[in-house]
Amino acid sequence: MWENLQILIAAPVFNVQLILNGLTVGAVFALAGYGLALVWGVTNVKNLAQGDFVMMGGYVAYEFGKHGLNPMLALVPAAALMFAFGWLAYRLVIRRVIQLDLFTSLLATFGMAIVIQQSLNLVFGPDVRTARSGLGEIKMFGGMVEITEIRLIAFALCILLAAGMVLFMKKSRMGQAIRATAQDARAARVLGVNTDRVYALTYSINAAICGAAGVLIAMIWVIQPFYGIAYSVRAFVIVTAAGLGNLAAVIMTALGLGVIEQYSGFVLGAQFQQATIVGLLLAILIWRQIALKRQRKALQ
Amino acid sequence: MKKFVIDSARLGAAVAAALAFAGSAAGADDTITLGSAISVTGKYSQEGKNARDGYDLTVKMINERGGVKINGKSYKLAIKYYDDESTPARTAQLLERLINQDGIKYMLGPYASGPTKAAAPVIEKYKIPMVEAEGASRSLFTQGYRYLFAALSTSEQYLAPAIHLAAELAHKEGKKPSDLRIAMAFENDPFSQDIRAGVEEDSKKLGMKIVIDDKLPRDLSDMSATLTKVKALKPDIIFVSGHTKGAATATRQMKEMGVNAPMVAMTHCESANLTGKFPGASEGILCPTQWAETLKYKDDLYGTAMDFNTLFKKTYPEYNIVPYQAAQGAASVEIWADAFRRAQSLDPEKLRDALAATDMETFYGHIKFGPAGNNIAKPMVLRQIQGGKYVVVAPTKYASDPVVFPRKPVE
Repeated sequence: MWENLQILIAAPVFNVQLILNGLTVGAVFALAGYGLALVWGVTNVKNLAQGDFVMMGGYVAYEFGKHGLNPMLALVPAAALMFAFGWLAYRLVIRRVIQLDLFTSLLATFGMAIVIQQSLNLVFGPDVRTARSGLGEIKMFGGMVEITEIRLIAFALCILLAAGMVLFMKKSRMGQAIRATAQDARAARVLGVNTDRVYALTYSINAAICGAAGVLIAMIWVIQPFYGIAYSVRAFVIVTAAGLGNLAAVIMTALGLGVIEQYSGFVLGAQFQQATIVGLLLAILIWRQIALKRQRKALQ
Repeated sequence: MKKFVIDSARLGAAVAAALAFAGSAAGADDTITLGSAISVTGKYSQEGKNARDGYDLTVKMINERGGVKINGKSYKLAIKYYDDESTPARTAQLLERLINQDGIKYMLGPYASGPTKAAAPVIEKYKIPMVEAEGASRSLFTQGYRYLFAALSTSEQYLAPAIHLAAELAHKEGKKPSDLRIAMAFENDPFSQDIRAGVEEDSKKLGMKIVIDDKLPRDLSDMSATLTKVKALKPDIIFVSGHTKGAATATRQMKEMGVNAPMVAMTHCESANLTGKFPGASEGILCPTQWAETLKYKDDLYGTAMDFNTLFKKTYPEYNIVPYQAAQGAASVEIWADAFRRAQSLDPEKLRDALAATDMETFYGHIKFGPAGNNIAKPMVLRQIQGGKYVVVAPTKYASDPVVFPRKPVE
């Protein structure tokens, strides 16, 4: 452990590699994260099928690659397809559980996750798949630091999508309706907002974002019908740590966790990467409890 | 979907026919019936079929040559199968049934380490010898089982030829093996950790230094932190094992991050389809395998490994390449036949002793069991990806091509 720390001090250039990797890893997770935050905040449904939506998007990229097309071209079709799938899932499942208690919606989305996994397994088989972006690497510091272009694109796309989401929420009528519904669904209904449509749209937007994230993941890592769970878990960790309703915080948390994960992997070893993330989440939750208690005391 | 229905119908018919044949043959007193509870359905159904096809081919070959002669009398071989649905609990149940109801006294193994682990205590209880060829876990041979014999190399030997090759190459360059530094990244599951234990043991013997020892989490497919460390420490050897995901991730990310070492060895190259998915990036990677058709092993029944390869494909035209699972299955029945010939008896206890004394050459490799029942004579062979093809490079005795060393960085 100390030896690894010494490397970082003696050769600071490796910090650049770790931070770049961390930011780009974090950016991909951020996409799944803020989709979840959106759905959670607006509909109060905790979508356990989050990672499986990501995998579905990944298979669209894989299909593109298989037919000789550049998987990058799959970004928009995957998002559109997943938007439609999200709409369908909302009509068929989510709509019926949205007013019910927490466990019903958890069970429903968990069931959906299983159906998606098994269907992907039937259609594409259990093999690990990848898609090739055909892009190269960028070398820095005389080849000491190397990062793929696809990761940088993923990072840019994450920021762009986030900015677009903020603008959409602030400026458009639909965005305002979504925010109104999130604040008080009943009041929004009284004022003429079609909350059913707002829910449907929110859920579909989330699915579309996940689809786009999946396309990137197929080009950066690997996809497999049952690998969605890692992305679901990470999305939950990010949203839990960042809190709902604050897109900027979700992105910062995702990026921060990405970087911390890289450092933990470098210094402590890959086996501690996830433990560090979960440990950190625990620390944040405890710290938040203490802060809340202090606030309560001040109010008294 | 339609194809699936037809396939399963055909499979069902084939199994039923096999069972009926075995059933009728079991009664005849000039037939020796072996038993096996093996995957016909479930997650190992494909691999189970590979193994069964291997078993059946050897049975057919031996019977065509007049069977096995014991005390002047010729016996035909037959196999009674049950489907263990790829679940260890079923394997154990069905073995009890084979032994108690069907009176089988000679066993062949199931598919995979899990079912084999479940089978071992049952055969020990009834003192029925079993020759298995599809369970590689090291833990099968640390329990002191007396009736379990394995034709294949166990998991801790998977990367041994790579270490020895590295030591050989170091000598050639005028270096000592103890100068070599190793980076290891193994998935955190029992099988990969078995392989890791083997590497650790061998490297200790040769005095090599392990500078990175990361355990990859099962559900994360990013190795960049580990590879950054590799880049910083510049080890001489990189070892990776993490099933298909590990092989694909390592190959892709090593290229992306510009990471290389004079020697890179990993498991599951074939199942991850490295040559197809990463044609450039996979060049020069070393991959261990139990068996390859290009090896120079041979025996009287099949001829050379290549002869077996040809015959197998002719008998079962559905195969494009012959999986090593089929080869080791075929070898297991040869081991049984050899034991019957040497024991000149049908008594399980005498046969156990004959099996323990096995020392034979087969197309699959040399077979000689250690005290724990594992095959200590057949080394794992190492293939290197050269020009998009797998060529045998080690052990030097069996190599068809020289190893490309040091591995060239991928452009």
